[in-house]
Amino acid sequence: MSTPGFSLPRPASAQQSAALPRVDRLGALLTLLGAAGLFLLPFVTFKANRILPGDPRGLAQVLPVWATCGCWATLAAVAAVVLFAVNAPLRLAAALAGIVVTGTALAAAANALTPAHNLIVRVAAGAGFWLLLAALGLLAADAITRMRPGPGTRVLLLAAFLGAVGLTLAQGTFDNVSVMREYAVNAAAFAVAARQHILLSLGSLGAAVIVSLPLGIFCHRVPRLQPGVLSALNIIQTIPSIALFGILMAPLGALAAHVPLAAAVGIRGIGAAPAALALFLYSLLPIVANTVAGLKRVSPATVEAALGMGMTRRQTLMSVELVLALPVVLTGIRIVLVQNIGLVTVAALIGGGGFGTFVFGGIGQAATDLVLLGAIPTVVLAFSAAVLLDALVERLDRVPQ
Amino acid sequence: MIVIENLTKRYGETMAVDAVSMVIERNSIAVIVGTSGSGKSTLLRMINRLIEPTGGRVLLDGRDTGSEPGYQLRRRIGYVIQGHGLFPHRTVAENIGTVPRLLAWEEDRIRARTAQLLEALQLDPAVYSGKYPHQLSGGQQQRVGVARALAAEPAVLLMDEPFGALDPIIREKAQDDLLDIQRKFGTTIVLVTHDIDEAFRLGDRVAVMSEGRLLQYDRPEVLVTRPANPLVARMTGSAERAMRLLSLTTAGEAALPLTAGESGADAIVVPTSASLREVLSELLWRGSECATVADANGAPLGRLTVAAILARARPA
Repeated sequence: MSTPGFSLPRPASAQQSAALPRVDRLGALLTLLGAAGLFLLPFVTFKANRILPGDPRGLAQVLPVWATCGCWATLAAVAAVVLFAVNAPLRLAAALAGIVVTGTALAAAANALTPAHNLIVRVAAGAGFWLLLAALGLLAADAITRMRPGPGTRVLLLAAFLGAVGLTLAQGTFDNVSVMREYAVNAAAFAVAARQHILLSLGSLGAAVIVSLPLGIFCHRVPRLQPGVLSALNIIQTIPSIALFGILMAPLGALAAHVPLAAAVGIRGIGAAPAALALFLYSLLPIVANTVAGLKRVSPATVEAALGMGMTRRQTLMSVELVLALPVVLTGIRIVLVQNIGLVTVAALIGGGGFGTFVFGGIGQAATDLVLLGAIPTVVLAFSAAVLLDALVERLDRVPQ
Repeated sequence: MIVIENLTKRYGETMAVDAVSMVIERNSIAVIVGTSGSGKSTLLRMINRLIEPTGGRVLLDGRDTGSEPGYQLRRRIGYVIQGHGLFPHRTVAENIGTVPRLLAWEEDRIRARTAQLLEALQLDPAVYSGKYPHQLSGGQQQRVGVARALAAEPAVLLMDEPFGALDPIIREKAQDDLLDIQRKFGTTIVLVTHDIDEAFRLGDRVAVMSEGRLLQYDRPEVLVTRPANPLVARMTGSAERAMRLLSLTTAGEAALPLTAGESGADAIVVPTSASLREVLSELLWRGSECATVADANGAPLGRLTVAAILARARPA
């Protein structure tokens, strides 16, 4: 395009921008949000015990003057970068600095408000903190998107993020913040719930993959069956999750009552069995549909060439068709995994376990901190699964069709 | 040698291929030509049993092709299709190594054979081995498709409209390359096309098919001079049959010997490989009566006159 000695006239807007720095629109919006969070909403709420209504406190009311000013100054600098800088790594660094300062302020506020050795009072993050954190998080995500990292880099970024959060929590930085107080009380139950949550989401996914892949291949081979199978799975998908859990309770309960072996392996009307079965049923449609779509996009000429060269049907399927369909199949698996991680939360209602136990327990006791103890890890788990599988799909899809 | 005996394929009431018998000599090119729906592709695919015949049989070097599993048969027969069908997820070298790997060749042998084929098809192995199909031009993809089909040294190569996706200029080059390759490796080739010019250009023998039946199977000049029925005559283009006949003979074959005293210093010099059609066209264009036929070094071998050429534009 660019020929030496030949220059295009600069557009008028580019000339103007030299005189007057352009304000980044997203940056402006998020700065407003962050500022609103910082100055209009309480940064923390102080509760005399875990279920009493909170007493809102601003940052300046809690921290010494120098710390408050330092905090505001840093966030002002972040805002300046975000409003006027174009350089994506710089914007990311600013967002991360903002997150560190905000987190430190929360920890400091919690420490300042908690009398020594007092395990009764609760200092919870307030609406202002969450709004500020959301604005900074969106800034970081936007900066990362602008840097267009490859799949490997994105996984590394995720690992660094999880590692940093894990280290900070392990060091006890946030021990006086109410959610961590709630964790300290429920540490053993938390480990059990985490294990159950991951087992239920991955187990039902695994079983669904084992059934869906052959079913998808079969639908591809016998196109007559395709509409019937897909609409049957579609109907399952439309049943609301709580309703499906309920529907499964009766037959599984009857099965457990009449077949001793079923009861012996842990099948009951309530608990993990109906939860796993429902999740499995929900997982079928995305994987079957994506397997069919993935196989359909393999060019018929490629398949004919494979057979014409003397590959058996099995070899053609395994080393040509499935390999070429894999990115689309994995996209289906990604949908299912993220969906399952969310749905397992609901499974707690029928005794399925998982992080939902804390969410519904918290709702029952009107203890917001307990709800958060279930909700935050669920979000982190779903987010991590999405990043990991997206990276895998992109890595495998490097070869264009 | 391929012997096809009463080969038949029936789909319900329709006869896709109706009792076709023909013999394809070793080291020759047989071209099957016909309109779409004439059964030519079905006939080709019954040779490697991608389609199982309803009746009849195929003998490959005397052995019934039905006597072994289809996939094993196909590993011994090269197969090239329109739009190449290269594996998009595998490199050029991996694509070419497909059949040798199925046959469990040693890696060293596969590498040597891949390099040999790429060179024979004018693709530098150092440059192209590691590329993916989408990084190649249409002509290069087609050549890799041919190299892949020839990888396991098959005695027979089946080609289904192999040049159909190429533009006319590249197609002509690809046809020349195919003739070179055929001479170099001595492969027996069966090629399907709907393009009668391509059939005449490539075929030692041309089979004309219509509605599942084989109308005529003979040398190209016989199809022009003695068409078996009006349909063959129409397909081979009766309006320009004289020119078509001239296009089948080269200047080298038709050259008159130089008589003593002739220097061979005509203004027009043509190579031995030029067809009489091309020589006549050149003579008419320049308003000249005769041309010198010269070898690759420019040494005169004989001459051609307009009268001598015209004499060859009639059936003998």
